[in-house]
Order: sequence, then structure tokens, then C-alpha cells
Amino acid sequence: MATQGAILSIAGLSVSYGTVHAVRQLDMEISEGETVVLLGANGAGKSSTLNAIVGLAPRSGGRLVFAGEDITRKPTEAIIRSGLALVPEGRRLFSNMTVRENLRLGAAALSTVEFDRERQALEDMFPITRRRAHEQAGLLSGGEQQQVAIARALLARPKLLLLDEPSLGLAPIIVNTIFEIIAELKRRKVTILLVEQNAERALSIADRAYVLAQGRLELSGAAGSINATTLEKAYLGEREHA
Amino acid sequence: MQLALQQFINALSLGSIYALVALGVAILFSILRLANFAHGELMTTAGFTLYMTLASGWNWVLAVIAAIAASVVAALILERVAYRRLRNAQPLTLLMTSFAVSVALQSIFLLTFGARPKGIELPAFVDASFRIGGMRVQWLDIAIILITAAIVFGLTLFLRKTVIGLALRSAADDFQTTRLMGVKANALFVGAFVLSGMLAGIAALFYFATVPNVVPSSGFEPMLKGFIACVIGGLGSLPAAIVGGFLLAFLEVGSDALLSDNFSPYLDAIVFLIAIVILRWRPGGIFGVRLTAEQRV
Ligand SMILES: Nc1ncnc2c1ncn2[C@@H]1O[C@H](COP(=O)(O)OP(=O)(O)OP(=O)(O)O)[C@@H](O)[C@H]1O
Ligand SMILES: [Mg+2]
Repeated sequence: MATQGAILSIAGLSVSYGTVHAVRQLDMEISEGETVVLLGANGAGKSSTLNAIVGLAPRSGGRLVFAGEDITRKPTEAIIRSGLALVPEGRRLFSNMTVRENLRLGAAALSTVEFDRERQALEDMFPITRRRAHEQAGLLSGGEQQQVAIARALLARPKLLLLDEPSLGLAPIIVNTIFEIIAELKRRKVTILLVEQNAERALSIADRAYVLAQGRLELSGAAGSINATTLEKAYLGEREHA
Repeated sequence: MQLALQQFINALSLGSIYALVALGVAILFSILRLANFAHGELMTTAGFTLYMTLASGWNWVLAVIAAIAASVVAALILERVAYRRLRNAQPLTLLMTSFAVSVALQSIFLLTFGARPKGIELPAFVDASFRIGGMRVQWLDIAIILITAAIVFGLTLFLRKTVIGLALRSAADDFQTTRLMGVKANALFVGAFVLSGMLAGIAALFYFATVPNVVPSSGFEPMLKGFIACVIGGLGSLPAAIVGGFLLAFLEVGSDALLSDNFSPYLDAIVFLIAIVILRWRPGGIFGVRLTAEQRV
């Protein structure tokens, strides 16, 4: 089953919304310190996979082991408290609350003293969270919101960070900033599972990649072993293993 | 002029009660999308508790604490027994359940206390008053207004400064993402019911201090007013509920003062008519808020 050093192992995960089978029999493994990217076309089941890991999407089968613990049947809040964090697609900040209040909720399980310590540690990496701490999150630009969303997820020092399309809808120059942040997190040995549309950039930063097509695993392997041709085939659902 | 000032104080005092009821209703609605018609029965619970404790000679401070506690406990029982299993139920199911719970509680009161009004033996200071110029002002009204202001202030602090308060606010906005922060869904529901029960209990104290007898259906009228206040203000928003409460009270007191006595039997009808006109003009309430149907758990 779970190999040594795997922080998360997924076996036979299926996600169904009624008759829509979004993820079928997915096997996946992430080791400590790795940056793994999950690719796939629109509707391939990437978000469903991330949401199923944290118990928000309806799982119709499979087993999830996180940090040596079976989390298959745990409610979302227990999974989060065991050390997972998800930056959801579309960021999902609480738009009518301040940046600081958003961050405080990211550390819901921490005491005020612990929160202040963690927050100050993060403010150098995300200066926006200091500069605009008392502004409504909804008034920030998309890129700023994404930074707050990532900071919010990091506050509880997760053992595994799930990022769902952090560059979605951002201007190219802002996308650079976001990828720089991911690179910095990688340097700091944060374990990351990244979902991205921008396959080229994601592959350049990742150690390993998985490619989904119509909910099925089409391709997996070292990020460097995947080139444009194999990727295109996988997106179209022509099964091949690298 | 003096009369106007007196009416103004009346309206503020009545508006305070409506605002407290509306707040209690709005808290549950904003987080659970639950229109809790049994909110009135929480108030009645506090009323009967007040009646029983005062009749058996308790100190009024203890009676007040007991009444609020009874309402909170009743709210927690409702959460556990009636609503916990229905978190993802259709709005109509929730509505029917809340209606059924309200009727069931009234029947329990009827079986326990009978239909005859129970006079609450209020302490004498409730009737105390003072004069400014030729105007007589009841201390009770002043107390209601000041305590309500303090409660609104305290609630605001709670919702801004504590993690559970922040989580209650964020859950009203986006329940799923709130859980994604590691906030326990149960804690949110229990927190919301405790707050709602407390507000019902305090509103009941003020209500029964002005109408000092309690029957099984006592809570219906203030509950209805609280709901109307919420709808006028804009369902689901707490500040809107407060504004709605005061607006409703000013409408009521104003219509009563301006219309001749011939109209007083129709006062409620007139006020509701004005409410309907307001809603024709702004269907989402004065501070129209968007409501989204989403999964709670
Ligand atoms: N809540 C839902 N109810 C019903 N069907 C859903 C729901 N969420 C997703 N789906 C369906 O499940 C499939 C996978 O969706 P998912 O969002 O996981 O894809 P994705 O790979 O994240 O796509 P994108 O790149 O557009 O974000 C799609 O067919 C989608 O329509
Ligand atoms: Mg997606």
C-alpha cells in the first residue's frame, strides 16, 4: 500500500455528482517535500480530486491516507486540522471581511498569540497582508487576493498544500509573481499539489506530474519526462504511460 | 412637542425589542437559511420561566438569569432534536419543520400551564418613572433602550474579535470555505443557536416587562414582528434586522399617533400594508441582500 515517505496516498478514488462521474479510480501518491502538478483539460476532474481529498466533493469510492492516518471518512474540518490546506479555485476569500480577518480564520485552530507569531512570519513573504491588513478583501485585485488566499492557507503550517489554479484569470505579470511564490514555497520544502492550466510553467516547477482526462489518470511520471506531444495525447485521453 | 418626544421614546423602546427578536431570527437565517418560527416559543419559554421563578419567590436577578438560560437550553434542544439532521434539507422541509416545532411547543405549554394567562409578578421598579418638564418617562423604557444598545455593541465586538464570531460571519457568506478553514460545522450551528436563544431570552424579558402575562401563544406576535422587521430590512443581514426592527416600531407608533382612534383596531393591518409597499419597492428588503442556495455540510 502506502510507500515509505508518502505524505498522501490515494487509492481508487472516485467522485460522482449524481450520474456525472468526475473522477474514476484514481491512484496517486505524494511524498514529503515534493511539488506535484495535476494537469488536465477543462472538466477533467482536477478540482473534484482536490475537493475530494479535503472531503468537500462527494466520494463514491476509494481510500485516502494522510500522514499515516486514514482520512477517508473524516469530515472536512478534521481533515484540515490534521494538516491539509486547500486554496480553492476562485480563491474564495470572505470578501466582506478584512484581509486580517481572513487570515485569522485560516488559523482558526490557533490561539491569538500563535496566530500573531505565524502571521508576522508570513508578512515578509506576503507584504500585501501587512500593507492592506484592514481593507476589505473583496476590494483587492485578483493577484492580491490570490496572495492573501495562499497566505491564509499557510497560516496553520499545513503538511500538504493543495493549490487549485492559482494563476486563473490573472494578468501575465501577476502570474509570474504567483509562480515565484510557489517556487519560494518549494525552496522552503513545503509539500505542494498544484492544479494548473498553464502546463508548461507548472511542469517547469514541479518534480512530478499526473494528467487526468475525463476523470481518468492518463499519464504520470517525472515532470521532466513529459513533453508537449505526450501531454497533448494525454489531454485527448489517448492512454500512455511515461 | 412633549408628546412627540414621549412617542419617540416609546418607539425606541419598542424598536429595541423588535430589533432583538429580529437579530435572533436573522442569525439563524443567515447561517442555516432557517426561518425559525419557533423563535416565538423560545420567548414563551423564557416568559413561563420568569412566571414560575418569580411566583415561587426567587430574587429577580436569579429569575432573569433563569429565563435567559431556559431560552438558550430550549434553543440547543431544538438544534439537537429538530434541526441537526436537516442541515441539507430543502428550504420547504426546513420551513415545515420549523412550523411544526412551533406548534408542538405551544401544545406542550398548553398541557403544562393551561390556556389561562399567567400573571408575572414583576418587581415594583419596573413601573418606576421620572419627569422631565411635563413629560413622564418610564425607567423601563430607558433601560430597554440602553441595554439593547449594549447588547448590539457586545454582539458586534463578539462577531469582530473572536474566532467563533468571525467564523459565524464567514459561514453566513460561504459555509463551505469556512469549513475549509478547519472550523467545525457543529460549533457553528451550536454557536448560532446559543446566540439566537440568548437574544430571544433577553427580548422576552423586555417584552413580558411591558405585557406582564404569559399564555402558550405569547411568543407568536413578537416573533411575527421580528420576522417582518427582518424582511423589511433585508433577510440574512444583521444590521438590516436592527434597522428593520426600529423602522417597524416607528411605523407602528407613528401610525398610532397620527391616525384617529377609530383606526386603532386596524393598526397591525395598516403597518403590514406599509411593509408590503416597502417590499414592492425593494423586494430584497431595504438593504437587499443576495441569497445563494448552497450545501451547508
Ligand atoms: N457540484 C457539481 N455538480 C455536478 N457536476 C459537477 C460539480 N462540480 C463539477 N462537476 C462536473 O464534474 C466534472 C469535473 O469537474 P471539475 O471541476 O473537477 O474539473 P476541472 O478539471 O477542475 O475543470 P476546470 O479546469 O474547468 O476547473 C465536470 O464534468 C463538471 O461539470
Ligand atoms: Mg477546476
